[in-house]
Amino acid sequence: MSEQSTFQAPAPAGTIQTLLRKDWRGLVLPLAFVLVWWAVTTLGLVNTKLIVPPADVVTTAYRFITGGTFFDGLGASLWRDGAGFVIGSLAGVAFGALVGVSRWANRIVGPTFHTFKHISLFAWLPLISTWLGQGDVAKILFVALSAFYPVALGTLEGVKGIARAQLEVARVYAFNRWQLLFKLVLPAASPQILAGLHLALIYAWLATIGAEYLLAKSGPGLGDAVIQGKAAFNVPLVVFGMLIIGFVGAFFNQIAARIEARLLRWRDVRR
Amino acid sequence: MSIASSENTAVLPRPLPATQPSAALGNWLANAGTKLTLAAVGLLLPLALLALWQHAVDKHWLAVQILPPPKLVWESLLDLWQAGDLQSHLAISLSRIGWSCLIGIGGGLVLGLSIGLSRTVKAYVYPTFEVVSQFPVVGWIPLLIIFVGIDEALKISAISLAVIVPVTVHTYKGIANIPRSLLDVARVYRYSFAQVVWRVVLPSALPSLFSGIRQGVMQAWLSLVFVELLASSEGIGYLMVWGRQLLQLDLVIVGMIVIGAVGVVLDLSLRLIESRLQTWRRGAF
Repeated sequence: MSEQSTFQAPAPAGTIQTLLRKDWRGLVLPLAFVLVWWAVTTLGLVNTKLIVPPADVVTTAYRFITGGTFFDGLGASLWRDGAGFVIGSLAGVAFGALVGVSRWANRIVGPTFHTFKHISLFAWLPLISTWLGQGDVAKILFVALSAFYPVALGTLEGVKGIARAQLEVARVYAFNRWQLLFKLVLPAASPQILAGLHLALIYAWLATIGAEYLLAKSGPGLGDAVIQGKAAFNVPLVVFGMLIIGFVGAFFNQIAARIEARLLRWRDVRR
Repeated sequence: MSIASSENTAVLPRPLPATQPSAALGNWLANAGTKLTLAAVGLLLPLALLALWQHAVDKHWLAVQILPPPKLVWESLLDLWQAGDLQSHLAISLSRIGWSCLIGIGGGLVLGLSIGLSRTVKAYVYPTFEVVSQFPVVGWIPLLIIFVGIDEALKISAISLAVIVPVTVHTYKGIANIPRSLLDVARVYRYSFAQVVWRVVLPSALPSLFSGIRQGVMQAWLSLVFVELLASSEGIGYLMVWGRQLLQLDLVIVGMIVIGAVGVVLDLSLRLIESRLQTWRRGAF
């Protein structure tokens, strides 16, 4: 796969010189943080019930991971995230393309859509949970809703930005409806669609964790585990869960940014 | 345009003066007519949804407890407003937003400016910031609850965190994207550091900076609702939790309406300020 080569940083030369030339100053802050954390807990300067020693976090993490519930939880959360993201993005692209292409659809649906998007995401949750319960259906629907808005907005913006001249060329070639959609509209709007998908990926993870906190059940899920850890005052578990949630979020963001950059290389506007 | 002109005659309260209306007036009327038509078309869907809702209530598709009739929602909204409950909840939520935005924007500006202006600060701080800023805000909240409890401090700190990230990122990016040539000119004029910041960096980073603030405020609104739903005893989010627990869904829907309305107002006012800033920029250069 040629993808591999671009997905990795320039191959390390492996010499000591490159290691020295690398900027290590960014590591100072996290290392200092862990050092201070370790020092204050070891020296007993703080309440170690509240600020737990780093070692406790590591052992709890080890027990959590080897106990098997960790992967169940991670899997359940990722499933909700993925399912909601796919449903929401597909709906978003379809909605954005339809409303962007048809002036009447835009006139009828546009005002309502632009008003509804101002209802803060989490405000939907009490209603959704009343109607659909606290199970996966409600959570996935909520995640889908969180992914829908950015994708729909991005697609709409992308489709609106298509130049009249491009449409005229398509007319000259006598494109039919589907050719128009797949050969003109979607490719021409792809930068904004991808930007919307990128945002949707971030929002979907936020919504997954948020829904798991608010609709916590005894079932598996990272958010459920953390909220139960909080209730049991299991600080190491909360710290570990938070780190995992954070790194999964950061990972999604990185992946999305790279895919976006790669798919949009044809634009050739970067630098 | 035929639709627009027929709309005109229907809507105008007074008959047109006998004299030939000027072209400008005619244009204005045509414009107003088009706008009215568009507004009417835009109202079709909400009205249809409302009718569907009423129909669903009439036909008992869902129990009344889970699907309150539109009329009840409207009455609850009026009741809450007249009793002053709505205003007091809203005032609490808005004051939380205000304080958090103050702290978050202040902190974000300081952090963004120092990362953007100093290469040393950037080398030490930016890698950590970049990773931590990608953590979802809600992820922090259980940890914050353990450290600061579930009182006001939790809401302010969680919402401030949500504001700091976009403000810092946009401030930094705004400074990083300043064209080299502008800074070169400043060097030719032998500007002092303060002059460079005040006359070059701030004006050219301003649009990016402001879009950071706008995103920050919208993020604050999002996280406020989350925190209030999770742990709160007052505020709009609490009103919804309360309604949900009593199975008074009318309160939940009232909460959604208020949240949507505040969202619209926040967005519109920020956009207005932003466009003002843009015109000021054009005038200045």
